[in-house]
Amino acid sequence: MQKSKKSTRREFFKKLSVGVGGSVVALSACTGPEFDNFFQKNFKTLSKEEIDNILLDLEKKYTEQYGKEFKVSGKKAIDNTFFGYALDLSRCVGCRRCVYGCVDENNQSRDPQIHWITVLQMEKEKGIDYMHSNMYYNPEKVPEEGKFYVPIACQQCANPPCTKVCPAKATWTEPDGITVIDYNWCIGCRYCQSACPYGARHFNWGEPKITNEEINTNTHYLGNRPRTKGVVEKCTFCIQRVREGKYPSCVEVCPTGSRKFGNLLDPNSEIRYILENKRVVVLKAELNTQPNFFYFFGV
Amino acid sequence: MLGCNNKNDRLDYMNFESSTENKSVEIAVERPPFSDEYIFPCTECHAEMETDPQPRELGMHEEIVENMNHDNENRWCLDCHDINNRDSLRLASGKLLGFNESYMLCGQCHGDKLRDWKVGIHGQRTGYWNGNKKYLLCVHCHDPHSPRFKQLTPEPPPEVHGRVSTTDSQQTEEKDQKKE
Repeated sequence: MQKSKKSTRREFFKKLSVGVGGSVVALSACTGPEFDNFFQKNFKTLSKEEIDNILLDLEKKYTEQYGKEFKVSGKKAIDNTFFGYALDLSRCVGCRRCVYGCVDENNQSRDPQIHWITVLQMEKEKGIDYMHSNMYYNPEKVPEEGKFYVPIACQQCANPPCTKVCPAKATWTEPDGITVIDYNWCIGCRYCQSACPYGARHFNWGEPKITNEEINTNTHYLGNRPRTKGVVEKCTFCIQRVREGKYPSCVEVCPTGSRKFGNLLDPNSEIRYILENKRVVVLKAELNTQPNFFYFFGV
Repeated sequence: MLGCNNKNDRLDYMNFESSTENKSVEIAVERPPFSDEYIFPCTECHAEMETDPQPRELGMHEEIVENMNHDNENRWCLDCHDINNRDSLRLASGKLLGFNESYMLCGQCHGDKLRDWKVGIHGQRTGYWNGNKKYLLCVHCHDPHSPRFKQLTPEPPPEVHGRVSTTDSQQTEEKDQKKE
């Protein structure tokens, strides 16, 4: 009895050593950056030097992958900024220029297709009514008689349900109010996707496909850098642009000027003017998500 | 509408600081191209012509007259174009305006729109949320003779969910057909 116990124990350690040895061999077969990636710490706990190294490795990797010089920024939030967005429901005509402007800027996969912005067509008679809305409308010309349009992307909630459910702490809200995802830490469980009441998070079911011509090489680590199969992604207010002071891409591309963006902490900003002078609503206010994305009526 | 998506038509930078203050600032910005560039300067023809100040149906500028839809019953050419200098626009006060400052003319009636435009709420803005911004004039997006915003052709709708890739779905479609 004693003997057999000992032998099983011995066998156990034998197997263990083989297992450990095997995985060390497997890992040592990895090249440097891949090994580092595997053991990368949570982004928020990385030192500046570590981040810089990761960014350099990524730039090298993407440059090789797409045959183009890449910039991967890790720029932190600008002091005294908290971003807000407002969309004029009385002016949006539902033309979807924003949808494709976003895809071009933020490197969403073309196939399988991912769109961070969904434009819902609704009936004026029914008001905001998700049940009877239609995202596949395709008339010859917009706007159509009796319809209005509600573009929806990430609402950048101040009380976001998505970040709370992440078991890997791979998604969080930055000091400037942008909720971001570290694609290196995302395990693809899609809890966040089901927690989001706005359908704003999208999962890469397949390996994202973007041609070398289409790829935007000006990227941010927490934003539009190329993703991989099995991670979740969403709107970041174009973090690579807004942290450089630029407007998000959808704001610039909107032909009706329905999209407004700015710093909620600056009393002279456009966004503050809208909140103080226009009729403003947030979507699904009853859920207490506290969106920083507002809808208003300019006329 | 014409100029809206065209980067070349965008305007010079305007000073952000002055626009946020409540002072009235007069901003000269570049006008969009005329419908026909040979039409300007107007004085090339009009300097030699006799002027009839009586509102009437014009025999000239057919493309403008035909599409005119801007309170036609009460307004006509010389309410906005100056009778003595056709190269200028004219406010109700008699003040002459260049075509680059046409927004002031529009603002005579559409004061609420002008107010929103000045603070960046009406109309498209590009550039920097914390710095210089590019503005468009009213006439970049609204034809001054028929200002209602024209309908647009929408970009394609999203693909129907549940398809991993085009090739995959083609394969399943083929399988389905075989079953049948």
